[in-house]
Amino acid sequence: MGLVCPQMRRVCGMIGRAMNDGQGAPTADRTTARDSSRFEDRFAARATGIKSSAMRDLMSLTERPEIISLAGGLPDTDSFPDEIFSEVWGAVATTYKASSLQYGPTEGLLELRQDICEIMHSEGAIARPDEILVTAGGQQAIALAIGAFIDPGDIVIAEGPTYPGAVPTLTTNQAHVVHIPLDTNGMSIDSLEEHLDRLDSQGRRPKLIYTIPNFHNPGGVTMSLERRHRLVALAAERDILIVEDNPYGAIRFEGEALPSLYELDAGAGGVVYLSTFSKILSPGVRIGWVAAPAPILRKMNLGKQAIDLCSSTLGQRFIIEYLRRHDWREHVGRLNMIYRSRRDAMLAALSNEFPTEAIWSHPQGGLFVWATLPEYLQTSELLARAIERHQVAFVPGAAAFLDGQGQHSMRLNFSSSSEEKITEGVHRIGAAIEAMTALQRAFGGGV
Amino acid sequence: MSSPQRVAVLKGGQSLEREVSLRSAANVEAALQRLGHEVISVDADASLVRTLRAERPDVVFVAIHGKSGEDGTVQEILEILNIPYTGSGVLACVRSMNKVITKAIFTQAGIPTPPACAFGEDAFRELGVADALGDVEERLGLPLVVKPAKQGSAIGITIARAHEDVPRGIMSALSYDDHVMLEQFIPGREIAVSVLGTVDPIALPAVEAVFSGDFYDFESRYTPGMTELVAPADLSDALTAEVSRVALQCYEAIGLRGFGRVDMIIDEDDQVWVLEINPIPGMTDTSLLPKAAQAAGMSFDDVIERVLGEAALGI
Repeated sequence: MGLVCPQMRRVCGMIGRAMNDGQGAPTADRTTARDSSRFEDRFAARATGIKSSAMRDLMSLTERPEIISLAGGLPDTDSFPDEIFSEVWGAVATTYKASSLQYGPTEGLLELRQDICEIMHSEGAIARPDEILVTAGGQQAIALAIGAFIDPGDIVIAEGPTYPGAVPTLTTNQAHVVHIPLDTNGMSIDSLEEHLDRLDSQGRRPKLIYTIPNFHNPGGVTMSLERRHRLVALAAERDILIVEDNPYGAIRFEGEALPSLYELDAGAGGVVYLSTFSKILSPGVRIGWVAAPAPILRKMNLGKQAIDLCSSTLGQRFIIEYLRRHDWREHVGRLNMIYRSRRDAMLAALSNEFPTEAIWSHPQGGLFVWATLPEYLQTSELLARAIERHQVAFVPGAAAFLDGQGQHSMRLNFSSSSEEKITEGVHRIGAAIEAMTALQRAFGGGV
Repeated sequence: MSSPQRVAVLKGGQSLEREVSLRSAANVEAALQRLGHEVISVDADASLVRTLRAERPDVVFVAIHGKSGEDGTVQEILEILNIPYTGSGVLACVRSMNKVITKAIFTQAGIPTPPACAFGEDAFRELGVADALGDVEERLGLPLVVKPAKQGSAIGITIARAHEDVPRGIMSALSYDDHVMLEQFIPGREIAVSVLGTVDPIALPAVEAVFSGDFYDFESRYTPGMTELVAPADLSDALTAEVSRVALQCYEAIGLRGFGRVDMIIDEDDQVWVLEINPIPGMTDTSLLPKAAQAAGMSFDDVIERVLGEAALGI
C-alpha cells in the first residue's frame, strides 16, 4: 500500500478538472466553495495537526512520467488473468445483480466472512465468522483499530520504522508513538521490554502494540518465531493489546511460513489481527478484514457504521465468486514468482550501485527493501536531487517515523516495476548518491 | 470592474514549490470567478503549449512559483505565443530568480543586501573550493546562511552557526540547486513589502512574520498558526517610509511589473537589509501578499483584478 498520496492527488486533480470543465457561468456557490481560506479557522484540531512539509510536497512530483518511481507500493495487477476477471464479474452480474447493488451488513457478507475464516485456517489460525469484520481495505482496519483505542496522548508502541500509511492515522488520533528498533529478526523484544519497564517506572502503560511481523513495510524483515512467542507472552503478562497487521503474509518467496501472533495467542483475546485482499487479489476491490474478540469487534463495528455503513457489496461479491471458482493460492503463486525476480533484480542492483557502507534488508517476501546509507547522506535531500537531476524517486525514511528518525534510510518498492526499470532506477539513485559522496569527499569527509 | 475575460491560470509546474503553487492558484481562480471571469485551469506540463493554443485564452495569469514560473521560462513561451500575461517579463524573472544576479543588481543600485558569495557544485568537486571556506567564513563571519542560489519558500536553507555546520549546509543546499550561496547572517525582524502596479507602483503596508525557531522556514510558512503575520508591521513612521522606499527601489532596479514582494531584515540598529525579491509572490492562505493587501484595505479580489488589468507582453 504505502504512500498512496500521488494516486490520491491524481484523483483530486481530476475532480478539480471536472469542476472546471463545467459549462456556462460559474455559480456563486461554486466559487465560495473553492475558496479554501473560508474554512481555515473551522477545521478540527486533529485535522490541522498535520504540518506542512517540503518532503510531502516533494512526493507529489514522483508522478511525473519521466520519473522511475520506486516510491509507490502498488501490487502487480497486470498479471490477473483477463478471462478470470470477465468470468467473475459475469457471474456477479447474472446471479447477484440486485444484492450486489444493495447495502450489506456492516460486518460484511456472511459468505465472505466464512471464506476469510478458511483462509486464516489454511494459515493455521482459528477464527469464527462472528469474529470477523470486513473493512474497506487494510487501511480502514488500521484506522478502526486505532480509533477504537486511542485517545489523544495515549501511548502506542510501533516498530521503528513503521508503516508510512499508519503515520497519518496515528498523527490525527494524536497518539504518542514509541518506536522500537527493528533488526533482521523483526522488532527487538529486548528493547521493547526496556521501554515498557521505563514507561512503567513513570506510571505509564501503552494502549497497544502495532506490529507488522511478516515482510515488514518498510523494513523488509520478518519477526522470528522465538520473538513471536516472546512478544505474545510479554504482551499478555503486561496486559497490552497487540494489533497485528498482516497484509503481506502470503507474499512469501522463500522460507517457511511462521505462525501469526493471532495464532500463537490461541484465542486468549490478546491480539487484534488485520489483513487484506489487496496484496493477494486486488487493492481495487478495497476489501480487508479484522479478526478480534467479540467485544472489540462490536466497538469497531460501531466505528465502521459511523464511517461508511458497510464495505462495498460489489467488491465483496467479486471476492466470494472468485474464491468459489478459483484457487487464490495459484494466483499468489504466480505473483510471488514475478515479485521474486523483481526482488532479485533489486538486490543485485543495490550490490552493484550502492556504496559499501550502505546496508539493506533482504526480504523473503513482501514488496519492499529498506536501505540505510552512511550518516552524511540525508535521504530527503537525496530525494530532491534524485527527482530533479536523476529522474528517480523513493520514499525517504523519515516518512516511516513519527519522531524524526529515519533521516538516512529509504524505502524501495520492487513489486510495481519491471526488472529493467528496477535496475535502471537503482542505478540512478546510485548516481545521485555518488554525486553527494563526491561532495562529501571534497569536504575531506567532514560532513 | 473590467469586462469579463477568458483567463488561463497557469499553475503547478514541476518545481519543488509545485504544491505551494497549486494552493496559490486555487485562491487566484476563486477570485477570478468571483470577479466574473471565465477561468481555464492549466497545470503546466509537457502539453502546455498545445493546451494554450487549443484554449486560446485572452490572458494568462501566471501562478507558478520557482522553476519555470519565476525564472522566465513560461514568460518566454507566452511571448512566443503572443498571449499577454500577468506579472513580470522574462528578464526581470531571470534577474530575481538567481540570487547571485539579484544581489549584484541591488549592490549596483546602492541597495543594502547582506554580503555573500556563491559557487557551483562542480567547483567543490573539481576546483577544491572547499579549501576556501575558511576565507569565506573570515570575510562574512559566522553564522552563515547557506542556501540554494535559485529556490523559493526557504527550501534547502540552513543557518550554519559553527564552522563544522557549513559543509552540511552546503550539501543540503546543493540538493535543491546546482549553485549554493553563502550569505552573512543578519539577525533581526523578518519584513516583507509587497508592491503592486507597473507604471506607478505602490508599496503595500509592510508585514512582519513572527515565528518561533531559527528562521522563517518552509514549515513555518505553510502551516496555519505556526507563524503570526503582523500587518501592518509595528514600525516607526521613519522605518515604515524607509522599507517602502527600499521595496520600490528594488522593484524598479530589477524591472518587475504587475506585482512582486521584497523580503528584508531590519537589524537591531534599524538598518534595512534586502534578502530577495519575488516576481510571483505566494498567494496561499498563509502568504504575505494577501495579508498586506488586507492591511491596505484592499480585498484579495482587488489585487487580482489589478494584476490582471496590467497583463501585458514585453521581455
